[in-house]
Amino acid sequence: MGPLVVNEIISPMTNLMLAFLIGIGFGFVLESSGFSSSRKLAGMFYGYDTTVLKVFFTAAITAMLGMLFFSLFGWLDLSMIYINPTFMSSAIVGGIVMGVGFIMGGFCPGTAFCGAAIGKIDALVFIGGLFLGVLLFTEAYPLWEKLYKANNMGSPTMNEVLGVSRGLFALGLILIALAMFWVAEWAEKKFPREEY
Amino acid sequence: MDRSKKYWNPYLGGVLLGLVLLAAFFFSGRGLGASGAIKSVTSAAVETIAPGYAANAQYYVESKGSHEGGPLKNWLVFEMLGVLVGGFLSGAISGRLKFKVEHSPKITSRRRLIFALMGGVLFGFGSQLGRGCTSGSALTGMAVMSVGGFVTMAFIFGTAFALAYFFRKNWI
Repeated sequence: MGPLVVNEIISPMTNLMLAFLIGIGFGFVLESSGFSSSRKLAGMFYGYDTTVLKVFFTAAITAMLGMLFFSLFGWLDLSMIYINPTFMSSAIVGGIVMGVGFIMGGFCPGTAFCGAAIGKIDALVFIGGLFLGVLLFTEAYPLWEKLYKANNMGSPTMNEVLGVSRGLFALGLILIALAMFWVAEWAEKKFPREEY
Repeated sequence: MDRSKKYWNPYLGGVLLGLVLLAAFFFSGRGLGASGAIKSVTSAAVETIAPGYAANAQYYVESKGSHEGGPLKNWLVFEMLGVLVGGFLSGAISGRLKFKVEHSPKITSRRRLIFALMGGVLFGFGSQLGRGCTSGSALTGMAVMSVGGFVTMAFIFGTAFALAYFFRKNWI
């Protein structure tokens, strides 16, 4: 039963090899979906290309549903899955800073590596910036430590906060995603842009 | 559009990306990530260049607890090496391997690179503050229904949408 590493069915070394293979799948899918192009990614924010929204939400829903079914079949113990903790202040401020970085730089970290892998110089420069940004954060850590650790809420999940089952929350998210996909298809027709 | 530039259907790409993410959960009990690997490499570099310093600087000490066997032996570093290989393979198969600076015809390469650098610095900084980037916090966090994941996702995309007007010359 999964997760295989947590349950010691596979060894830590095999786990690292799997990380490499999973990474290959991750990079391949991102590149094949067009995420190695900053202008395609930025298209999201101008309506001419909403690939990011479609891929992102379809992926989140697929994985979410997959885990619910795996759990139902007894293949995966959801209590052993790592849930990202919520520190409300830093989640908001960090998100805003990343949003500014996204619209200025046209990449996020994962997509920048994809872009660099096929020769995009702008992606390589963006990655250089990532290292500088991480270094800036770590070097001056005492300055933002308070913000970083403020409002620690533990690891709440959306369904707990809303007081519904995991399945019902997943259903709601699917309906919201379908509505967004509909708007996205409409936007691409309204703001067409063929060559970039 | 010629065949060599054709990308996958986004919904198909999304389902496949979701399956990769599901595989990560099933095998390793954790989701995907990207900025964590950059943090590991940065810590390793600082440790190599200034070992005494890294042993005392607080953030390195605090994040070292989560890296058994040294920062470079962690899961995300191997995963990101895979991303480089996977991205390269996909680009090679589709005929997209090419050195270039991609930018709007309205701006110069130089301007594009300056903005890429500034964007990278901000994204790198924000990913540490927000405990993960679009992959580790937003995508993975959403899949496990984490409140923080949804909040970070909303603020990344919300901010980019809100500021899109001011940077439009760079893209369209």
